[in-house]
Amino acid sequence: MNHLLSIKNIKIEGFSDESWMPIVKGIDLTLDKGEVLGLIGESGAGKSTLGLAAMGYTRQGCRIASGSIVFNDTELAKAPKNELRGLRGSSIAYVAQSAAASFNPAHRLIKQYAETPVQHGLMNLPEAVRKGIDIYRRLLLPDPDKIGYRYPHQVSGGQLQRAMVAMAMSCQPDIIVFDEPTTALDVTTQIEVLAAIKEITRQFDTAAIYITHDLAVVAQLADRIMVLRYGELVEENKTRELLANPQKKYTRQLLSVRTLKEDKELLAKDKDVILEVKDISAGYVKDLKVLENISLKIRRRKTIAVVGESGSGKSTLARAITGLLPPLEGKIIFDGEELAPALKSRDRECLRRLQMIYQMPDTALNPKQKVRRILGRPLNFYFGMSAKKREDRILELLNLIELPEDYIERYPPELSGGEKQRICIARALAANPDLIICDEVISALDQLVAEGILKLLQDLQNKLGVSYLFITHDLVTVKAISDEIIVMLNGRIVEQGRKKDILSPPYHEYTEKLLSSVPEMDPDWLDHLLEERTVG
Amino acid sequence: MAFFKLLGKSPLSARIGIAIVLLNISVSILAPVLTPYSETEIVGDVWQPISSSHLLGTDHLGRDLFTRLLYGARNTIAIAFITTMLSFIIGAICGFLAATLGGWTDLTLSRCIDILMAFPTLIFALMVLSVTGTSIAALILVIALLDSTRVYRLSRAVAMDIEVMEFVEAARLRGERVWWLMRHEILPNAMPPLVAEFGLRFCFVFLFIAALSFLGLGIQPPTADWGSMVRENGGAITFGVFTALYPAGAIAFLTVGVNLIVDWFLHVASGLKD
Repeated sequence: MNHLLSIKNIKIEGFSDESWMPIVKGIDLTLDKGEVLGLIGESGAGKSTLGLAAMGYTRQGCRIASGSIVFNDTELAKAPKNELRGLRGSSIAYVAQSAAASFNPAHRLIKQYAETPVQHGLMNLPEAVRKGIDIYRRLLLPDPDKIGYRYPHQVSGGQLQRAMVAMAMSCQPDIIVFDEPTTALDVTTQIEVLAAIKEITRQFDTAAIYITHDLAVVAQLADRIMVLRYGELVEENKTRELLANPQKKYTRQLLSVRTLKEDKELLAKDKDVILEVKDISAGYVKDLKVLENISLKIRRRKTIAVVGESGSGKSTLARAITGLLPPLEGKIIFDGEELAPALKSRDRECLRRLQMIYQMPDTALNPKQKVRRILGRPLNFYFGMSAKKREDRILELLNLIELPEDYIERYPPELSGGEKQRICIARALAANPDLIICDEVISALDQLVAEGILKLLQDLQNKLGVSYLFITHDLVTVKAISDEIIVMLNGRIVEQGRKKDILSPPYHEYTEKLLSSVPEMDPDWLDHLLEERTVG
Repeated sequence: MAFFKLLGKSPLSARIGIAIVLLNISVSILAPVLTPYSETEIVGDVWQPISSSHLLGTDHLGRDLFTRLLYGARNTIAIAFITTMLSFIIGAICGFLAATLGGWTDLTLSRCIDILMAFPTLIFALMVLSVTGTSIAALILVIALLDSTRVYRLSRAVAMDIEVMEFVEAARLRGERVWWLMRHEILPNAMPPLVAEFGLRFCFVFLFIAALSFLGLGIQPPTADWGSMVRENGGAITFGVFTALYPAGAIAFLTVGVNLIVDWFLHVASGLKD
């Protein structure tokens, strides 16, 4: 039987360090009409490269070294450029991760929608616009007749991503390649986009390649899943069978549910509180409060998680506590003493005891300083350690974060994302803090690397007794690491309490919505959820 | 040691650049040894052609041009170097301060710089130099001040981009003072664009000094400098005598050399491999 797309033993190389390094090392892939194939793996697994190769395309600095890509009996690997150009957009379409970066901000949505079919000579402009409105309606975009006449910045992130899907559908292609289309979205908006993708591919019987690092997401959409690692195929199977019966260890690791922390009873003794926030309000502009009346208590040796969608004020809360954004009202009490609101008026000792770890380890480390310097500075700054003592302590810290000692000579660009985040943790630990604020510390990392970091943080808490204020939008992380949970929405606390109480019924309305939006490893989860929500 | 290691791996263009700069420096130091004449001595007729006793002929007053070229190298390179360094120190410090402190500091500094930039540079220099007199120190200070306005603009813009990075915020949270932030967090990351600008500014200084000399406020005769030598002998071109081309060529030569080194530095700093 002839497949719609069949890729055979494809090898793709990228140019770096003055030689061609293999990225994809000989993978076979087939796709039939109407089938959805999930490609899953960590960053660097070669999944995007493979997805793009399905269009006969390679990124700048990459080349297809060998193998064949046959689409509808046409060989794409050797096809001339203009032939490929004719196919792309009309027969094979691509949906990128960031819709915001993929739209031209200066043109209305419908104009960008109509551009491709008109360009390919499939229809004229009014016809394209009419079809566009039809597809917007099918994707359940609000006000489909008019939404196309808005500019990209005038619609929400989830709507924009759906408009992007509509654009890919504009020529009714045979295949759409989705490259992490929901990774940048909140759980609640992710649902909308997933539902839209599922619906539209079903209606038009379009084949799709869905690239993601999140197994739970791909489980909702894909008929078949390929697990990739280091440019090689780990395992391939029908979705249900893969989930029910994974053959390889790596797949099982991806499937394993994260639980690191057992519920322990909290002692409500007041002297256990390391930081207390009383009724603070804060904002960047006058008369516009981003935070309103926030009160919370962080206990010694405990982790308190702050959860919410983007824009809920979680990071602002961190900035208010650290003093980067002095609160307008309210008090912050640290170990029994009231903290000065502004960073400048806090003393060194108090700065030492309150450290912070950031979301993006790439920008949180000065690329021009060696690890020795990055870790040595706080030691010198807070404790005035001599060079010899400093060196010993840095090695001790490297051991603590499970990195080899010779990393002391490295610059941050020579480290991987997870290693950088470990250095950030070590930098915070160097100060012997009582409290560390972790701002989305694992959301930029791959699943397995992130798990390693969470485990490290947990171990460190057991060993050193630090408290964490853990800011995240990811409920799975919260389940794994927290003792107490605060749910935030629009700058206010919706619900707060012990993990046990928050994450078990009866739920608060918003918490329930958040919880139910986290994809589960069940292929029927999305359908059930959508059914429930329509009924409800 | 690290520098020599780097030098060993340097491309040909960078080595040529280094050779050119070293040649210029050594020639200017060894001037009294290399030539029998003194800087201001009149040794023959006006605009004599090239001969064995006068390697590049003589200038508009009958002084040996080769000799003046060597002595000119001393003044020109030293003045240009000191001036550019000074303008970068002033400009970068103010620029970084404005970016790190923001608020009123930024506003005040930026508006002062705007005012300074609103004057045509030549007129501003003339005004100040006619008050202070045309000593070399005054010359250096005035040109450095004027040049620093451009450096300020650049370094402020670059530092603004770095200042919002989280490693700077982390240093702030640690309680570091402004000077440390500027010196250790911002400067190393701002180096590449600043060094590129350095190569460019360095060359503009020659031209500016030449322009001032033309108006009688630059380096005062009979002291030799390349810029004024071009101007003094420029008229000769109408008579078919190309004396002015030698100092002009020397300026071009040194400029190319400096920029070859700058290019190499940028390449190393950017971390590109090819």
